Amino acid sequence: MLDFIVRFFQRHSLGSKEVAKERLRLVLVHDRANVSPELLELLKNDLVQVISKYIEIDERGLEVTLDSSEEMVALVASIPVRRVKRAVKVASV
Amino acid sequence: MGEVIVITSGKGGVGKTTATANIGAGLALRGYKVALVDADIGLRNLDVVLGLENRIVYDLVDVAHGHCRLKQALIKDKRFEGLHLLPAAQTKDKTAVKPEQMKEICLQLKEEFDYVIIDCPAGIEQGFKNAIAGAEKAIVVTTPEVSAVRDADRVIGLLEAAELKEPKLVINRLRPKMVRQGDMMTIEDIIEILAVDLLGVIPEDEQIIVTTNRGDTVVQDQRSRSGEAFRNIARRILGEPVPLMDLERDGNLFTRLRKIIGLR
Repeated sequence: MLDFIVRFFQRHSLGSKEVAKERLRLVLVHDRANVSPELLELLKNDLVQVISKYIEIDERGLEVTLDSSEEMVALVASIPVRRVKRAVKVASV
Repeated sequence: MGEVIVITSGKGGVGKTTATANIGAGLALRGYKVALVDADIGLRNLDVVLGLENRIVYDLVDVAHGHCRLKQALIKDKRFEGLHLLPAAQTKDKTAVKPEQMKEICLQLKEEFDYVIIDCPAGIEQGFKNAIAGAEKAIVVTTPEVSAVRDADRVIGLLEAAELKEPKLVINRLRPKMVRQGDMMTIEDIIEILAVDLLGVIPEDEQIIVTTNRGDTVVQDQRSRSGEAFRNIARRILGEPVPLMDLERDGNLFTRLRKIIGLR
C-alpha cells in the first residue's frame, strides 16, 4: 500500500527521463571537451597567426586551455600583449 | 562489389550481436548474399546466437594467419539462403589480428558478398580498432539509458575521427510504456543528444530471448514486434524508405486482450 502511495506521488513529480536527459547533457559536455593536446596546439598556432596581424604578442607566454565548470565549458586564452600596432592595415580581399 | 558495415556500441550488452545476426538474416531474407564477421576475438558469441556453434572448423584468426583459406572458414547458414558466418577465435586474444589483416579479409569478402557485417567487440581498444579497420559504414547500437547513450557518443566521435562519417543509430530495447510514463528517454531525446540519423528502433521483446535460446533469429518471426523492426532496418539499409513502426500498437486494449486469450 505504501508502495502504491509513493508511486502515485512520484508520477506527479518530474519523470525520471528528464533527470536522465539532464545528467547526460552535462556529462557529454565534459566528455566532448576532452580535446586532445595536439588539437589545442594547432588552435594555439592559428590564434597566434591571426592575433599577430593586429597585435604584437609574447608567443611564449600564450596559454590556451579548456576550462570546464559544472554547467559549461569555456575556451580560456591568456595572451600577453607586447605592443599594439599603431596602424592596422586592413587586409585586402 | 559489396559493402562493409560495422555494428558497434562502445558499451557491452546493448544488443550488438543480436542486431548483427538479425540485420544479416534480414538482408539474406531479401535475397542478398551476406557475410557476418564476428570480430570479438576471445569472447565469440555470434555463433551461438545464430545456432552455428557446432559447425566451426576454422576461424577469423586462422584466416588472418593463413592457416586456411577464407572459404574454408565460412559457415553457411542452412536456414537462410546466402547467409554466411566467419566466426571469431575463442582461445586467442584481440591482438591476434592486425587492422591490416582485417582490411584484407574485408576486401576479399566484399568481392563475393553483397553485405559484409562486422560484429564489433565492446570497448574502444584494439578490438574496436580492428573491427572498424575494413568498414565503410557504421551502425551504432544503443539503449535508452544514460550509460549506453554516453558510450555511443564517444564511439560516434571515434568513428568520425576514423573517417567513418555519418554513422547510423539503432535504438534497442525501447519500452513504449515507460516512455509514455516519462520514465524512459524518447527516440527524439536520444537523436537530439547524439545528433545522428536514426536507422531503426527495436522495442523490448521477450521473443528475442526465446529465439536466441533456440539459436534462431527473431527476424523470421512474422508475429514479433522486434522481428518486424529488424526487417524494417534491413529494408532501410537496402534504400527503401520505411516509416518507423507504431510502437504504441501493442499497448491498446484490443491487442492486449488478444494476447491474454493467446491469439497474439
